[in-house]
Amino acid sequence: MTEILQTAINATSSGGFYALVAIGVALIFSIMRMVNFAHGELIMAGGYLLLVLAGVPLLLAVLIMILAVVLLAVIIERVAIRPVRGANPATLMITSYAISYLMQNLVLLTVGGEPRSVAVSRHLLKPIEIGSLNVRLIDLITIATAILMIGGLSVLSRRSLGGQQMRAAAQDFTMARLCGVRADRIVAVTFGVSGFLAAIAAVLLVAQTGVLNTTMGQTPVLLAFVATVLGGMGSLSGAAVGGFLLGAATILLQTYLPREVADYRDAILFSLVIAVLLVRPNGLIAGRAPVTRV
Amino acid sequence: MLKLDDVSVFYGRVPAVRALSLEVAEGEIVSLVGPNGAGKTTTLLAIVGVLRRIRGTIEFEGESLKGRTPEQIVRSGIALVPEGRRIFADMTVEENLLVASSARRDRGAIHGEIDGLCERFAALGTYRHTVAGKLSGGEQQQLAIARALLAQPRLLLLDEPSLGLAPKLVEGMFALLRDLRERGVTILLVEQYAAQAVAVADRSYVLRSGALEISGTREELAGSDVLAKAYFGGVEDAA
Repeated sequence: MTEILQTAINATSSGGFYALVAIGVALIFSIMRMVNFAHGELIMAGGYLLLVLAGVPLLLAVLIMILAVVLLAVIIERVAIRPVRGANPATLMITSYAISYLMQNLVLLTVGGEPRSVAVSRHLLKPIEIGSLNVRLIDLITIATAILMIGGLSVLSRRSLGGQQMRAAAQDFTMARLCGVRADRIVAVTFGVSGFLAAIAAVLLVAQTGVLNTTMGQTPVLLAFVATVLGGMGSLSGAAVGGFLLGAATILLQTYLPREVADYRDAILFSLVIAVLLVRPNGLIAGRAPVTRV
Repeated sequence: MLKLDDVSVFYGRVPAVRALSLEVAEGEIVSLVGPNGAGKTTTLLAIVGVLRRIRGTIEFEGESLKGRTPEQIVRSGIALVPEGRRIFADMTVEENLLVASSARRDRGAIHGEIDGLCERFAALGTYRHTVAGKLSGGEQQQLAIARALLAQPRLLLLDEPSLGLAPKLVEGMFALLRDLRERGVTILLVEQYAAQAVAVADRSYVLRSGALEISGTREELAGSDVLAKAYFGGVEDAA
């Protein structure tokens, strides 16, 4: 029983993390029909900013980092993406790859390629005993953050005019503009919110692993992209569910796979994804986005 | 109020509308009719800034609309009820209307106005908190019109508002247009339902294959076979 609960907490934490990354990717896809691989480099940038800010009190450092990453996301949209907005999905995707490699190489040139370690706080990783459970604080924080973020986003998207405009733009961008929604502004805000989610993911990831390298954002974003496909492209709730399931499945497979096949965890995980997509080709929660091949 | 002078609209290299000149004066109902593919929708989309590859000039209240974005044009007083309604199907009726008020500065007045529209269009009141995709075609059309009205347009463009509606609802639709005109809204109406559109309009323009065929007042066009010939190439009006 204890072991099951223990695994459940780990799985929920991992699922929550991937849900946050997946929503960050899905938000931009829903408005722009663009798969933003550079989302991973926003996470990476957030990690390295924490390294740069070492010495500043933790909460302040996190706050500065979040602001900087949001700003970076908005600048990227303004400089690199706005000029190609409305281009076909392949162009948009390649643009996002270009941004992604550019950012990785900027860090390589300035900070260097060797992995760096950054300790956010050792307290977070120390197991604390709750009854017979050994829970790391970071897992509880991750779960709480994911719930808070997803809950907050869902309230904002329903109750605020900005959120309603964003949903309208996701359904029919031109019609939203005809209703007076300013295209440039709504896209910038979307990138800002996505950057905010990347920054939050960066804190959680760095606190969890303590290691930085230039490709640290790639794996989460690749998995998040798979999650958005699994959940149904264009659907934010689908992305959240897909991200959660993938993250949780990673932990469950890691825990319960027999030792001999444990090395094939990812292969098994993605086989499961393929199996789900064979049955539900539009994802678990089909979005309204027109299905295009990317 | 609205003046198109020698306007051509291009998709790629091919003009979908060629050298069209058209005028709508304040307080008028003007209809733009013609068979499928005549360039009616293209003309409306060019006016509201969705189609940007344009030659010629489009002026609204004496100012050129050249280079303006759709969100700027709706702010200058032109609203479109688009072909196929294009309501936000996953959002509630009320959310649709709130988004439609994006162009407004007087945000305080919006909720009262939405209440008013929900009274005027009874279906919208009934389904105010229902997801709009569940509404019937006629109800969705009401929503599309209410949405356009929330932008407080001085000029309202409607693209085939009668399409897919039962005849009785079509009558109501045209009555609504007359009512709107009484309230000071100028109307440019695109229809395939030529007979009724020409009857409700003060003046009509007939497009065919992207070019102006004829135009005239209701009196000039009524009763003559000019319209039927130009429009259907001699075939009787089936509507």
